Amino acid sequence: MVNRKKYIAMLLAGGQGSRLGSLTRNIAKPAVPFGGKYRIIDFTLSNCVNSGIDTVGVLTQYKPLELNEYIGNGQPWGLDRNRGGVHILQPFTKINSKSWYEGTANAIFQNIRFIERYEPESVVILSGDHIYKMDYRKLLAFHEEKNADCTIAVINVPKEEASRFGIMNTDPDGRIYEFEEKPKNPKSTKASMGVYVFRWEVLKKYLTEDDKQEKSAHDFGKNIIPAMLSDQKRLFSWEFSGYWKDVGTTESLWEANMDLLDPNCELSLSDDDFRIYARNFDSPPTFVSEEARLNDCMITGGCTIYGTVTNSVISSDCVIEAGATVSHSVLLPGTVVGKDAKINYAIIGQNTVIESGAEVGCRKTDDIHPEITVIGEKKKITRKPA
Amino acid sequence: MNMMGIIFSNIYDERLGEITARRTLASLPFGGRYRLIDFVLSNMVNSGITNVGVITKQNYQSLMDHLGNGGEWDLDRKVDGLFILPPFGQGQKSVYRGKLEALFGTLRFLERSNEEYVLLADTNIICNMDYRQFLQRHIDSGAEISMITKREEISGLGDACDLVVRSDYSGRVQDVLMHYGVPGIENAAIGMYIMKRTFLIELLKEAHSYNLVDFEREIIQAKFPHLYIKELPFDGRILRIDSLGKYFSANMALLDASIRNEIFTRHGLIYTKIRDEVPTRYTKGCRIKNSLIADGCTILGEVENSVLFRGVTVGKGAKLKNCIVMQDTVIEENAELLYTICDKDVTITKSRLLMGAPAHQIIITKGKVV
Repeated sequence: MVNRKKYIAMLLAGGQGSRLGSLTRNIAKPAVPFGGKYRIIDFTLSNCVNSGIDTVGVLTQYKPLELNEYIGNGQPWGLDRNRGGVHILQPFTKINSKSWYEGTANAIFQNIRFIERYEPESVVILSGDHIYKMDYRKLLAFHEEKNADCTIAVINVPKEEASRFGIMNTDPDGRIYEFEEKPKNPKSTKASMGVYVFRWEVLKKYLTEDDKQEKSAHDFGKNIIPAMLSDQKRLFSWEFSGYWKDVGTTESLWEANMDLLDPNCELSLSDDDFRIYARNFDSPPTFVSEEARLNDCMITGGCTIYGTVTNSVISSDCVIEAGATVSHSVLLPGTVVGKDAKINYAIIGQNTVIESGAEVGCRKTDDIHPEITVIGEKKKITRKPA
Repeated sequence: MNMMGIIFSNIYDERLGEITARRTLASLPFGGRYRLIDFVLSNMVNSGITNVGVITKQNYQSLMDHLGNGGEWDLDRKVDGLFILPPFGQGQKSVYRGKLEALFGTLRFLERSNEEYVLLADTNIICNMDYRQFLQRHIDSGAEISMITKREEISGLGDACDLVVRSDYSGRVQDVLMHYGVPGIENAAIGMYIMKRTFLIELLKEAHSYNLVDFEREIIQAKFPHLYIKELPFDGRILRIDSLGKYFSANMALLDASIRNEIFTRHGLIYTKIRDEVPTRYTKGCRIKNSLIADGCTILGEVENSVLFRGVTVGKGAKLKNCIVMQDTVIEENAELLYTICDKDVTITKSRLLMGAPAHQIIITKGKVV
């Protein structure tokens, strides 16, 4: 068949991301702006393209309008292919059956017909809420070499944080014998990165069986992986080293943005061989005025800066007026910071206006675990009356 | 939109010297992230024009690379879209000598198009213009050719205006002066003409039989007594680029907020080819004053009254003042540049000192290491 693809990727992008608070009130988590000009999903999509995977199904559910529009025909990532390319897979109604995606496994199950069109050997399951650069080819080569039914990418996390993750307990050769979701007393520090490769024939069988289980949560971590383990299937862990961050909370999203300012950070955005692509905007270059002070920051095009910016990431089309100070903060696209306003340790949503003299965020906060203030999109913050 | 567009990409190439030696004027970088053609092309698109031909003559590889399939301007269309029109050879004849010959070479494109009107435009005028109102004024006047003009001052200090028109109260052109250098304020043509497509086709066939070459001299100047040529004044701002000095001052003009806002946003945005750049990184200790800075730069040093294009690096201790620095140029540590224009991919090595003057900028050509 003409359309046959050895590998395809399925990207789970339907989550609400409720821990991001007002940032995800109107948009799905993968569509949240990051790093000045990106959206969180750009990393996974660019990883696919840079790894030679040109067929990606994006499963959306929660508030998909902005995400769908952002992905469009996939042209910014070179995914506007005649054979393959990016496909938005939204929940749909069927005869005598439920329609919403109920759990990660169910979302894939409901799209078996899509996957079958490409007759893949293996399917890469990804989630759209992590910041990392990974060449999936290395993972796939390992998967093939081990003749695995499933390979899970893992990253070593500090022991004290291991109980926040799904932990893999493995043999010395990487074969997984046990999977523990958020264990109280972790036996290993190999945390699942939410990146799985499955032999399609095997996954299909397990998805179909899982669908018949009424009590199942239809979740990869809770149901599919444990079922495969109990059947002695060949599950392997593949260790990734490099930058990886789950940006599921406002604190981690803020931290990941600040990491971009760290010259020693492993995540390089300007690496020509493994570029992160994004849908670009048509704004003019940024104007920096005579009185502006810029100190260790990242500023995207289309901005007009008259104030002071320190240790911050400024997205496109922001205006920072004279006397205003923005420090240790992330401004999402289109934010306006009025005269003499002060922003400290905050994430300011898209097209929000911080009026003249207003103050946002803590004045003093400890640098290791600062308290981050989040203002949602299209808000107007006025000055506190004297 | 009942009007198509034709853009001349090579007009005035020779006047800008080194910076257009290897590219068309149309693909000359401008304003931090644009090429000159972006302005006229975006204006056409923002005015609803969806059928655009770009006439090329020589050195148009960079232009083709820039325009691609026209996707950035939404001109990658099934019906109409963007057409690059390379020189059309006829027998032993070399490439065209003037606009009339160039247009004659595109006769088939003109004949196959469906729009009733056609807009001819050069690329040396930077402005933000809505062509719809000019088309309406052209139709209302019943003129055979309309030409858009702008009131401009001729200083008399050696500069001459290419084409000055004088018209009666109704706007009908009564006199046409070429290369006019008498000081004063005059209505100058800005290289934009509107006429019926069928009228242009007839005009071209006739001009061909008389071996006419120069549109401005042999049609506008020679025929205004017999044709109804109408002047349509433009009240917005233009930046005319017909010399290196004007190119420099036009870039610097963008540092003025009111000029920038008008040129970049008045009737719509200016589109350009996308580069997947990262946001610009301003490190600790950098100092930026009154400058326009595109994405993808890394700035450790000092930048003042300058325009930086995408991907420029300014090393620690380096100082730039009144400079234009094009794509991917690297200014190494402690280098100092004053009134200098660096073309693409230039490297200014450590501690170099380059001092141009306000009226005479130093030019470093593409790819050079200084």
